[in-house]
Amino acid sequence: RKIIFEKQWFYLDNAIGHIYGTTFEVTSGGNLQPKQEVEETTTEAKEAGTDNRNIVDDGKSQKLTHDDIKALKDKGIKGQEIVQQLIENSTTFRDKTEFAQDKYIKKKKKKYEAIITIVKPSTRILSTMYYAREPGKINHLRYDTLAQMLTLGNIHAGNKMIVMETCAGLVLGAVMERMGGYGSIIQMYPGGGPVRAATSCFGFPKAFFDNLHEFPLSQVQNLLCGTLRAEAEESALLQEESNGLSEEKQQETEEEPAAEAPMEISPAEEQDAVDIAAGDVECKENKEKENKDNVREKQIKQWERRKKLKEAAALLREKNADGLIVASKFHPTPLLLSLLEFVAPSRPFVVYCQYKEPLLECYTKLRERGGVINLKLSESWLRNYQVLPDRSHPKLTMSGGGGYLLSGITVLLERGSADCSNSEALKVEEPSSKRCKLQDLPC
Amino acid sequence: MSFVEYGDTIKDGDTAIVFLGHESMFPVKVQHGTVTQTKYGVIRHSTDLIGKKYGSKVTCSKGGWVFILHPTPELWTMNLPHRTQILYSTDISIITMMLELKPGSIVCESGTGSGSLSHALIRTVAPTGHLYTVEFHQQRAEKAREEFREHGVEHLVTVTNQDVCKNGFGVSNIADAVFLDIPSPWEAIGHAKSALKAEGGRICSFSPCIEQVQRTCLAMEEYGFTEINTLEILLRVYNVRTISLQIPDLGKTAEDNSSSGFDSSNPSHQGSPCANLQQGTVQFKSGVPLREVVGHTGYLTFATKS
Repeated sequence: RKIIFEKQWFYLDNAIGHIYGTTFEVTSGGNLQPKQEVEETTTEAKEAGTDNRNIVDDGKSQKLTHDDIKALKDKGIKGQEIVQQLIENSTTFRDKTEFAQDKYIKKKKKKYEAIITIVKPSTRILSTMYYAREPGKINHLRYDTLAQMLTLGNIHAGNKMIVMETCAGLVLGAVMERMGGYGSIIQMYPGGGPVRAATSCFGFPKAFFDNLHEFPLSQVQNLLCGTLRAEAEESALLQEESNGLSEEKQQETEEEPAAEAPMEISPAEEQDAVDIAAGDVECKENKEKENKDNVREKQIKQWERRKKLKEAAALLREKNADGLIVASKFHPTPLLLSLLEFVAPSRPFVVYCQYKEPLLECYTKLRERGGVINLKLSESWLRNYQVLPDRSHPKLTMSGGGGYLLSGITVLLERGSADCSNSEALKVEEPSSKRCKLQDLPC
Repeated sequence: MSFVEYGDTIKDGDTAIVFLGHESMFPVKVQHGTVTQTKYGVIRHSTDLIGKKYGSKVTCSKGGWVFILHPTPELWTMNLPHRTQILYSTDISIITMMLELKPGSIVCESGTGSGSLSHALIRTVAPTGHLYTVEFHQQRAEKAREEFREHGVEHLVTVTNQDVCKNGFGVSNIADAVFLDIPSPWEAIGHAKSALKAEGGRICSFSPCIEQVQRTCLAMEEYGFTEINTLEILLRVYNVRTISLQIPDLGKTAEDNSSSGFDSSNPSHQGSPCANLQQGTVQFKSGVPLREVVGHTGYLTFATKS
């Protein structure tokens, strides 16, 4: 399979069988495997200037022309040699300081010596990559912020986590990596299904997915309100050998005609086929069988989906999750006020938001709701350094763009208010008497 | 309770966190018949704690109350008895991610110090991983061992009392990651390399001074480590405050003011904008930085053995 990366294209076939971290050089089309350590092209000419007082930018220091360089490239000459040629044909190179020479070589190497290192996927690699390449898809969640989330959320093996994310499945993948297949995760998703493009990049073993559940966000309200009706509902549904929530049933009936539609079309087509090539009954039968199989497969899939949904609903209904992680494009306040209902007391929760203001509001609303302590609004700054002998300095500051976190710990709500909170926490306005009562909380 | 597994109820022998409010809390060892004094009064362990759910509100003798929390490495970091300078959760989180730690990882650490990072490492590599931690100070090593036992994680950690720069980690070719927090990490890079698995692994060194980083980087290069990367992470915490700013009197009438569109989009303000304007103030919510200056903890240098 052909892959394009940084204006280069190559096939991966040659890379199989090598250990992770192996470096490859790209040739025309395939992969070549050079040594791990490229022997330093020690420019014997250790001549160097001390300053640039005599260096004039006349645009003529490089004696090789554009076309010469292109010719060298077309001949398929090793990048290393091209760099050497460039150095030899640079009139100013010898006058440059040692540091400037170093820099010059590095720059040219980057351009002409195309080397690729193949590494094992991990949260470190993928989150850095996503932040650099497609920050929009992960709501500008910087990798150090993601690291904070995993720690603040006390993510570890054996947890029962609730994750609500619209970060292409990157946050989910990070949580899965830290849980190592132990415990369970319930992913809440908006729309038709969870997005797991980034999750699949991790290459998790199948077993990790056994305890990964999903539950549609649009059913959360039903689940919270329906707790009283749940038993009756369930038994009624069981009689119809159906399951899950009543809403789910409606969805099913909506989906049914859609599933049938293609079946109606294809027999019509077959009719034509039969007219032309009569006697081809066998073929028709086969096709019909295929269709039936398809419908059946669909039904089985649907049935499995509903079964998983029911499992997820049951897990949520226990209201004893070990933590909540939210990182989405949606306003965090309603998500938190609802989803915290499913979390056990004395458990951490972390909400990510690209902007500070929604979290300010969320903070206020959580205080009004109660049942949380140690609320903290934070942001992390990350600074990278260049460390070289006599040339150490910060590389770049990344700030603002990494997003904000609101974290805290759940506690037991007061007996009285705990009962009403199921129904009332969802109404954003709390009774003022309760608010007064909560004001003297020590948090 | 265990630092690597959540429990529902408080049991005899547990370490629990007493939360007094306003970031003020302390750890307590739960024991039958023991009492703990707080500024809100006495907590009697047998009746007030044992058998209660974690996250409960506990009323003290003076009528005041506190919350009892399940211990986590992060809460422990905020409350542990300091025997040395410790690493805080901000640095710990980036270290954990950049070292690619997960359940099953084998990690070497030196020095153990007060065990702040150790608890976080153990939490992450449990239940199938292991931490080999080396501390050259005998008393600190002993104390760490005792704590790990108390916290129910002793099966996941081995504490060795020796000098890592001279004698290494006491293991070879088994680690997925190595962490160094010692004064002269460059002297331990060779030992770190031999502790790491033959097929490779990650290393991190924490140093407060750039000169230490410099020497460490040179040593790493010398030993053939690649992907050498130095970074620093800082945490900014914000207080959520409602701020009101006075509107200056420019001799305009109230109508003029409202037509100039003061903050009409602010939801917290929508309630009674007119009243506010008449009072001559505008209210808004703000995230106010806690401190003026963010401190420096240390430079983190990461590298890969491959």
